[in-house]
Amino acid sequence: MSEAEIETSRSQLSGIFALIEEMQAIDTRGIEPMSHAQDVSQRLREDTVTETDQRELFQSVAPQVEAGLYLVPQVIE
Amino acid sequence: MLDSTLQQLGSALRARQISSVELTQLYLDRITGLNPKLNAFITVNPEMSLVQAREADARIAAGQASALTGIPIAQKDIFCAKGWLTTCGSKMLHNFVSPYDAHVIGRFNDAGAVNLGKTNMDEFAMGSSNETSHYGAVKNPWDNARVPGGSSGGSAAAVAARMCPAATGTDTGGSIRQPAALCGISGLKPTYGVCSRYGMIAFASSLDQAGPMAKSAEDLALMLNVMAGFDERDSTSLQRDKEDYTRDLAKPLNGLRIGLPKEFFAEGLGGDVAQAVETAIAEYKKLGASVAEISLPNSKLSVPVYYVLAPAEASSNLSRFDGVRYGYRAPEYSDLADMYEQTRAQGFGAEVKRRIMIGTYVLSHGYYDAYYLQAQKIRRLIAQDFTEAFRQCDVIMGPTSPSTAFKLGEKGDDPVQMYLSDIYTIAVNLAGLPGMSVPCGFGANNLPVGLQIIGNYFDEARMLNAAHQYQLATDWHSRAPQGI
Repeated sequence: MSEAEIETSRSQLSGIFALIEEMQAIDTRGIEPMSHAQDVSQRLREDTVTETDQRELFQSVAPQVEAGLYLVPQVIE
Repeated sequence: MLDSTLQQLGSALRARQISSVELTQLYLDRITGLNPKLNAFITVNPEMSLVQAREADARIAAGQASALTGIPIAQKDIFCAKGWLTTCGSKMLHNFVSPYDAHVIGRFNDAGAVNLGKTNMDEFAMGSSNETSHYGAVKNPWDNARVPGGSSGGSAAAVAARMCPAATGTDTGGSIRQPAALCGISGLKPTYGVCSRYGMIAFASSLDQAGPMAKSAEDLALMLNVMAGFDERDSTSLQRDKEDYTRDLAKPLNGLRIGLPKEFFAEGLGGDVAQAVETAIAEYKKLGASVAEISLPNSKLSVPVYYVLAPAEASSNLSRFDGVRYGYRAPEYSDLADMYEQTRAQGFGAEVKRRIMIGTYVLSHGYYDAYYLQAQKIRRLIAQDFTEAFRQCDVIMGPTSPSTAFKLGEKGDDPVQMYLSDIYTIAVNLAGLPGMSVPCGFGANNLPVGLQIIGNYFDEARMLNAAHQYQLATDWHSRAPQGI
C-alpha cells in the first residue's frame, strides 16, 4: 500500500469498525455461537483414493513449474 | 424469441422450430452488440458455446432432450468451468483457465444446456454495485449511468437486457437478490446446502450459496431443478430427496400467511420502494393471502455481524492465492515472502484487501472473543428471530433493497454506505434461509423495485408458488428496458 492508500484505508476501516461496534450493546451471555447455517455433522467417507492423477493438467495453469514441481524463490540457503 | 420463457424455448427446440446453434448464435450476436455498452460479460467463447450447441442439437434429434437441453445459460464468473477463463472478477485470476467443472456447471452440462459465457461480477463477489470488478463496472440496462447491483451484477444485467435467457448467480449477503431487484428480474437464493459449492470460488463458506437468475419465477424453478442436488465433494451439501421445484407453481394462494417485518419498513427505506412493495402486498391480499406484522428484532445487527463473519471467512479462503499454483504472480520479487506480498498487493483490488484486513483483525488474538465470537452469538439470535416469525406466517415479505439502482461512483468511497444497501438481505444468509426477489413495480426515474420473499428452510417450492401466482396477476416481470 502507498502512503495515500494507508490514510484512506485507515479512515474507511475506522468507519467500518464503528458500525461493527454496534454489536457490543447486545447481551449474549449463555448464547451458543452459530458457526454454520445447518446443524449437521460432518459426513465421513471411506478412506479410499477417489481422485486420479492430473498433475500435468493442474500444473498447466501454474506460473512456474519444472520437472513436475512448482517453482518458488529459493527458501533455504 | 428474446422474451420467451425457458419452457417456450425448450418446446421450440424440441419441436425443431429452432436449433440450439441458431438460438445460441442469436444470443452471441446480441452480446456482441450490447456488451461494449453494458460490460455484462467478462468472457465469451463462441467456439466452445457452439460445440455444446451442436451436441445439444444431436441430443434433441435423438429424442433425449430434457427441459434445458439446447438453451444457452450465462454463468457467473465465480463458477469454474473446464477450459473457460474463470476470473472471479479479479486480476488475481486473470489467466486462470479452469482445469475442472464446478458441480453446478457439471449439472448444466449433464442437462445439455449451453454455456453462453462468463458474466461480470464484483471481485471475489465482494461488493453491492459490481464496481469492484477488475474488468470494469457493469452498467444497469435501465439507466447506463447507474449500477446493476452486485455482486452478480453481470448476470442480472444480462438477463434484463435479454443477452441470455437465464443466468446463474451466487449470494453471500444478497448478491443474487439485490442485483435482481435493481435490474428488474427474478432471482432466488436457495436454502444453504441445496446447491453444491464445489468449484464455486469461495468467499465466505458458511454463507455462500448458488442460485438462478431469470425473467420469471417459473424459469427460476426450472433452473433450480438442474442446479440443486447432493454432491459429496462439498462437505456442507445436504443429502435430501430430489425435488421438483415446479410442483406447486399452479397452487392458488388462498390461506397463505404473509409476515411483514416491521423493521423492514422503518427508517432508511425509500418512499418509492415502500410504495411499490405495499402495492404488491395489496395484490397478494386480492389473491387470497392474509397479512400480519411480525418482528425480527435482531435483524438491524445483521450488517455489523456480517462484516465480521464474512471477512473472517474470506481472509482464510483467500490465503490460497499465493502466486504459486495458479493465477497471477508478480513479475518482480526479492524472495519468497516478497513474492507473496507483491503478488497479493498487485493481484487484489481495494475492497478485497479491506476485507482481508478486517478478517485477520477480528480473528487475531485478543479480539477474537469480542468480534468473531460475539458475531457468531448474534448470528444465532438473528436465526432464532426467523424461527419465531415462521410460527406466525408461511412466508416473509418486504423490500429487497432500501433504494432503486444508485449512480455509478455514488457510494464508491464510502464502504459503510455500500454495506448498508444489503440491510434487508444479509439476515437471510446468516440464518441460512431461502430468499428471492421479484420485480414489483417502478420507483423514481422509472427504475425497477424488487419484492423480497423469504421462506422457511427448504420452502423454495412455496416461495416460487407465491412468486408465480403474483406474476400471473401482474406484468412487472415481463417489462424490459427500452432501447435494448
